[in-house]
Amino acid sequence: MIQLTHLQRLEAESIHIFREVAAECEKPVLLYSIGKDSAVLLHLAQKAFYPSRPPFPLLHVDTTWKFREMIEFRDRRAGELGLELLVHINEDGVNAGVNPFESGSRLHTDVMKTQGLKQALDRYGFDAAFGGARRDEEKSRAKERVFSLRSKEHRWDPKTQRPEPWRLYNTRKRPGESFRVFPLSNWTEADVWDYIAKENIPIPSLYFAKTRPVVRRDGALIMRDDERMALRPGEEVEHLSVRFRTLGCYPLTGAIESTAATLPDIIAEMRASKVSEREGRIIDHDGSASMEQKKQEGYF
Amino acid sequence: MAYAFAEQDFAPGAPAPLVASHASEKALLRFITCGSVDDGKSTLIGRMLLDARAIAEDQIAALDRDSKKFGTQNGALDFALLVDGLAAEREQGITIDVAYRYFRTDKRAFIVADTPGHEQYTRNMATGASTADLAILLIDARKGILPQTRRHAFIVSMLGVRDVALAINKMDLVDYSEARFNEIVAAFHDMARELNFRTVAPLPISALNGDNIAALSERTPWFLGEALLPLLENIETACAQDHEEPFRFPVQWVNRPDLDFRGFSGWVAAGAIRVGDEIVSLPSGKASRVHRIVTQDGDLDAALAGQSVTLTLADEIDASRGDVLVAAEKRPQVASQARARLLWTAETDMHPGASYIVKLGARTANATVADIHHLIDIHTFAPAAARPIRLNEIALATVRFDRPMIIGDYCDNRDLGGFILIDRITNETVAFGLIDRRPAQENEEASEGERAAARPQRPRSRLRPPARLASALFSGFCVGAGAVALGASPATGLLLGFADALLRPFARSVYADHRLNRANAAAPSEERLDSGGGI
Repeated sequence: MIQLTHLQRLEAESIHIFREVAAECEKPVLLYSIGKDSAVLLHLAQKAFYPSRPPFPLLHVDTTWKFREMIEFRDRRAGELGLELLVHINEDGVNAGVNPFESGSRLHTDVMKTQGLKQALDRYGFDAAFGGARRDEEKSRAKERVFSLRSKEHRWDPKTQRPEPWRLYNTRKRPGESFRVFPLSNWTEADVWDYIAKENIPIPSLYFAKTRPVVRRDGALIMRDDERMALRPGEEVEHLSVRFRTLGCYPLTGAIESTAATLPDIIAEMRASKVSEREGRIIDHDGSASMEQKKQEGYF
Repeated sequence: MAYAFAEQDFAPGAPAPLVASHASEKALLRFITCGSVDDGKSTLIGRMLLDARAIAEDQIAALDRDSKKFGTQNGALDFALLVDGLAAEREQGITIDVAYRYFRTDKRAFIVADTPGHEQYTRNMATGASTADLAILLIDARKGILPQTRRHAFIVSMLGVRDVALAINKMDLVDYSEARFNEIVAAFHDMARELNFRTVAPLPISALNGDNIAALSERTPWFLGEALLPLLENIETACAQDHEEPFRFPVQWVNRPDLDFRGFSGWVAAGAIRVGDEIVSLPSGKASRVHRIVTQDGDLDAALAGQSVTLTLADEIDASRGDVLVAAEKRPQVASQARARLLWTAETDMHPGASYIVKLGARTANATVADIHHLIDIHTFAPAAARPIRLNEIALATVRFDRPMIIGDYCDNRDLGGFILIDRITNETVAFGLIDRRPAQENEEASEGERAAARPQRPRSRLRPPARLASALFSGFCVGAGAVALGASPATGLLLGFADALLRPFARSVYADHRLNRANAAAPSEERLDSGGGI
């Protein structure tokens, strides 16, 4: 008997989720955050609706602190695929001078990401937003549904989650409520990399090792991507061969020293790695339940 | 429509090969773990993740911090905290919600649904079981079969899990006693007689010490089965997609990029389809043929259960979301009502006559619970008097639909046999429904063939139908020849042989039932029963 492989099963399930949203929600959007998970998400969205184009735009909530290469990559991909790209910046936050250095990671993330996301969803009236989150990333995500219902205020209530038996998703909601939908729920980091390799999906070169200007700060290697990052006394820029396991705001994303410059190298390095991918994410270390808290406040 | 696909049935160079082509691609096994807090379920999962090297060092560091803060193991690593991810769970020290865990070995990828043991979270356990291929039922060796073991066994059986690993844990606390192990295994078989499991693989384990988890333990030399991880790597489950089922394809989304293309996008819920095959769209009954099987990676010659594809048809027939394209010669039932087991998942009681929204496959309709026939006691498995259904209770009921639904027995197909009921005011999911077509029902126009198709699943013989026929004829011949050799007349021999050929398959199916009940006693090699030795 021929059996589908686990990547084929995961792909088919994700496509099924995309189509459910297209069929049952009025105004979906794909939250495109430029990283590898978003790249897979976008690839699956194209597969789900082929030969049609995905019937929704892409939305990037720009904190203004992303790596420059991410922004170039974002604009290039949207152009190549002929997809509508919406970029939202929380201008209130910019005007208030919120930034990751002086405001701290927590406030910066809350204002520029969480509040920015809520503003954008409200502004366009989206009732379903696809996100690339995976259950293997973090403990509270492990308990989240594929269709995660959010209140009018975008809050997540872990205690009233709807059960999701089989492949049946209850997509009923009241006016103002919305869904965050996670087609990659059951994928792992290893699955994502294997799929990128198998399907030849373009990703930003920041994932590949290269000599880059980095600063050692608070135990992390931070790439100095532009002049806004002022050096503290005693700090100096080193040029090291580094790469990134996840991509976010550059001041909050730790690089790892690596020489893995190809996909097979990266996959081999990940297999041998003893730390999880979010180790490099400074925003996740604000306490064990911090992701749950951020999610309750509306973070996707 | 029964296909036996060979690799070459697919287009040469087809971009989506149906067998593993990439070194990293593996088969996937989904399983559920059931047990209560004290059975050591979290410890077992933590142990499996550790042994499969699926926990990173920073996660162990975080676990160490949390264990000192919230732990129940006197500061030692408390694996429960690794899986209990919600703040409320950590505070209360219990698992509330189903959590999914992922790990890989060299042979397989695994998705673990870690589900709560408390009765008040039965619906979360049922959710985990609904997509599981296998269940690990955990039993504390000191306590043996508890009421919750019966409840867990019943729910996984009801949700269609046919293969069970019976993990008898804390063997270290009973001195790795073979007699104690055998006693519990026997009690389980006795209890599970009606639960229709195909495989019951008992294992004596200690999650804490790692006995019989990754490898066989020296402390249980009497145990002749496989250790848990190898078992999970090797077991062939009943749930493996069966491509010999008739084709079922709920239309999810009509794909119309331009006026020249009209495709039906969906998920192959059962069977297989090839270009040129005849299909019928239900409920309309309009027939056509498959013209193309479209994917972004190129057209396919065939598609199998579990794949998401887009079909175009040779004729312009009307079909929309919620309709089902099916094999022309083997159609499912189109019904305006169905008998189903309902698992109630809402805080508010269900009263007969109440109206809900039903979602089955890709189809949504209004539904009324017309009759509650009886409740099912999940501890004794016995029917109980009908009354309003409360949270976490199960009842057999008749549900009426306001539009024709394309349904099948849950045992045959989870996609056409499973549904949810939704409260139209609160939008809550209030029930899981499992269509039960086993006995013939009134007001149904099912043909004999359909009734036959709706019989409960029997443990399958490994022989394919032609081989089965050949085997029956051959054994008939042997019986006949044997009779002649023993002095019977040729005519009697012929008659005996003929009767044998005719009756043996029947006898075999009766015997199979019998074997099922005594799951561990018979033919271990054929049914992949891993004997615990001395049972």
